[in-house]
Amino acid sequence: MHTGPEDMDIIARVLNGDHQSYSTLVERYQNFVFTITLRYVKTREDAEEVSQDVFVKAYRSLADFKGASKFSTWLYTITTTTCITFLRKKKLEIHSLDNEKVFEVADNVDSGMSANQIEQKSKINMVNEAIKMLSPDDAQIITLFYKGEQTLEEIAQIMGKEPNAVKVQLHRARGRLKEKMERYFSAEVRDIY
Amino acid sequence: MNTDFLDNHPDDESIEMKLWEYIDGFSNEADKSVIQRLVSENAQWKAKYRELLEVHETLNLVELDAPSLRFTKNVMEEIARYQIAPATKTYINSKIVWGIGVFFIAMIVGFLIYGFAQIDWTVAGETRNPLGFDLMKVDYSEMFNNTLMNGVMMLNIVLGLFLFDRYLSNKNKKLKEA
Repeated sequence: MHTGPEDMDIIARVLNGDHQSYSTLVERYQNFVFTITLRYVKTREDAEEVSQDVFVKAYRSLADFKGASKFSTWLYTITTTTCITFLRKKKLEIHSLDNEKVFEVADNVDSGMSANQIEQKSKINMVNEAIKMLSPDDAQIITLFYKGEQTLEEIAQIMGKEPNAVKVQLHRARGRLKEKMERYFSAEVRDIY
Repeated sequence: MNTDFLDNHPDDESIEMKLWEYIDGFSNEADKSVIQRLVSENAQWKAKYRELLEVHETLNLVELDAPSLRFTKNVMEEIARYQIAPATKTYINSKIVWGIGVFFIAMIVGFLIYGFAQIDWTVAGETRNPLGFDLMKVDYSEMFNNTLMNGVMMLNIVLGLFLFDRYLSNKNKKLKEA
């Protein structure tokens, strides 16, 4: 898949000296980049700092973007690597898919949710909260698939995995999300199902 | 669709995989028609399909988080301090890189040709052993009676074990991901 003409037009203008045009790309993708970053770094302050780094890196490397993939795919790849580098620098544990501890941490953090909070949550908030309980890999893959307009091959490129592995991981991530929703939002889930 | 899959009484996990492929639009035409029939006629498939479809539709409600209102301005202020780096192809000429590679290969091939040309094949033809000496009579203990040699061998063994460990870790990781 190739970058749409709008993104390429903007990139061409930026490379020709119209640096202000880059703000269009920032505004277009800031929510996606911020959401993915937040899956890794957990705090909004860190997520803003890392997201800013992502856009600066993308700007500085813009001349190397060949347009063979979508700009969003290229940008999300930078996002993933920047997040991992950030976490390593802060010497925080990077939770991988096969690390079961991440689920223990999520369970312990969220078991203290009050009944009032649960009652007040809408369906959308329930899904968003459940996604936050997933591992960064699971949360990222769901976000990229459902909101990032990325194909399995593009997600595989972003995450550095094989497309078949991404397909299986997506399936399992959805299963784990459903488990989280049933465990912590059982009343709302009963209404849904 | 492979009918063996149906004949073998698929479990929930297998049914889910097939249904997710169908919902995501990854199934081919043949599989699609089979799954459509199963969903309409088979109670187990119908129930599972409804369950997964609900999850799928719920996930479409996922919202993105938004950064602060100043985010774009902060980014633009930051990039104003930087220049866009020139494309690497403008300062790294791939022809030069290929040229260096070809040069080294040509050197190696040249040395090999020179080495083989120096071998006196007629001498080797007169004795049974082309090396000119009997390997079984070589005293190997003298080769390993050297601290430097032993140190290098130990280092090689440690490096080899390290690489083997990395290989096994990567293999294990791939198996778990699969």
